[in-house]
Amino acid sequence: MTNIRNWLDPVEATDDVAVVARNVGRTFNGREVLRDVNLTIKADEFVALLGRSGTGKSTLLRILGGLDADYEGEVLVPERRAVVFQEARLVPWLKVVNNVLLGLGSRGESRGALRERGLHALDEVGLSEHESDWPLTLSGGEAQRVALARALVREPQLMLLDEPFGALDALTRIKMYALLQRLCARHRPAVLLVTHDVDEAILLADRIVVLVDGALTFDAYVDLENPRDRGDASFLALRSRLLGELGVDERAPTPLAPSPHVVRSAPAFREGSESVRESYRDEFETKEKVQ
Amino acid sequence: MRIPRLVRRTVGPIAVLILWQVACSAGVFTSYEVASPLAVFDAGRQLAEQGVLVPNLLISLRRVAEGLGLGVGIGVVLSVLSGLFRIGEDLLDPVVQAARAVPILGLVPLAIIWFGVGEMPKIFLIALGSTFAIYINTFAGIRSVDSKLVEAGETFGLSRWGLVRRIVLPGALPNFLVGLRLALVGSWLIVIVAEEINAQSGLGYLIMQAQTTDRTDIMMLGLAIYAILGLLADALVRLLERRLLTWRRGFVGA
Repeated sequence: MTNIRNWLDPVEATDDVAVVARNVGRTFNGREVLRDVNLTIKADEFVALLGRSGTGKSTLLRILGGLDADYEGEVLVPERRAVVFQEARLVPWLKVVNNVLLGLGSRGESRGALRERGLHALDEVGLSEHESDWPLTLSGGEAQRVALARALVREPQLMLLDEPFGALDALTRIKMYALLQRLCARHRPAVLLVTHDVDEAILLADRIVVLVDGALTFDAYVDLENPRDRGDASFLALRSRLLGELGVDERAPTPLAPSPHVVRSAPAFREGSESVRESYRDEFETKEKVQ
Repeated sequence: MRIPRLVRRTVGPIAVLILWQVACSAGVFTSYEVASPLAVFDAGRQLAEQGVLVPNLLISLRRVAEGLGLGVGIGVVLSVLSGLFRIGEDLLDPVVQAARAVPILGLVPLAIIWFGVGEMPKIFLIALGSTFAIYINTFAGIRSVDSKLVEAGETFGLSRWGLVRRIVLPGALPNFLVGLRLALVGSWLIVIVAEEINAQSGLGYLIMQAQTTDRTDIMMLGLAIYAILGLLADALVRLLERRLLTWRRGFVGA
């Protein structure tokens, strides 16, 4: 990481650090969205930034991505950054491969060589046969894979993922997790994944930080073996811990849980009513996650 | 049962033609009031044989082409300046909006004073009309380009010019084509009026001449030709849309 880009005052940065954010704050029309955020991300570290909606996680990501310059504090990020947004944001009138190559001028590189790179990136996400398709003909998952290819083709030192799986269905999401893990293992960029999905954070990240009301309140390494098992006791313990951190009490009754009256009136379930309720609650929690 | 689209689309116009012919043959109208389709066709053949029809048609076509070309060019330049730059919008938009509120055909007398009776006043009026149609639509198109796409382009290193060329202008293209369609229709409207008021040639002139000689068939021939040209122009823009907007999967009807 030799070409660390300096945004504000110089801060010393070493080769194995991708992101340094010091005392970062951001105010929108007098409303403080980020407050005194300190975050360092190592060169090949996968960090999940967890928070409820509206807590400033996307704001932090946008600052690190260079999309928002009106912040206070100091930020150092590498020159080669790539962002994947929640919507794939593919340019509809550029064919898939040209979307991947968007903004890559052929500096000292022939058009053919550039195109080769694009095709290779598409191949990595398993979409090489879609190179000359129009983006609007792709499914949501495919579009998001193109967005991943578009990020990776730049060999980013820092990859910023803004709830990239938020709009995908559950099955597609599982596949995307595996794909992202493969790609990160191969390219080793530093990753900041912004999400409100606790399970997603635990499944993917080396380290999880939690943002509550614009301030970092939690920062810990995920000490679980890969591949991670959602049923594992330490997975569940961490999950509870993080939900608590986010202010969600798993044990509290939820408005959509079946009322005791309904359970009681169904004799067949009386014996197992407790466990029935439990499973309902689990299902609900998994669906709801932390909104 | 599957009936080809082309057949379904021609049923309506043909039915109208038949009704029209039947009504004329049955004496519902006198031939002075309404000429029958066959009479109109006959008038066309006569004028063509006399060598009157084609030269006048070409002159009208040329006026439309020149005025439209000029108007589209000016409209695109103005809308890009206004669409891309706040200062351009502030300086240009109020002027264009105000000018647009003036009925173009109301300018015919002024155009004659300014440009005399030659080709210039006609081309000027057509250019003016198409400029507005192009400007309004292209400007709206540029401003409706998804800012999220622009932002994505920025993060992936597109220069300002790259953003304009790869994202903003292609994004405004569908609206530009809507404007082009309106400009084409408007151009035919303007050329007929301009030629009727002040010309020694062109289709509008033929129609005016026909009025002085009570030739309803020639008047209606002129109108029929305008209708056909309008349809052709529309088809041309549709073709352009199909070629340029292949990336769109818009709703095309059930």
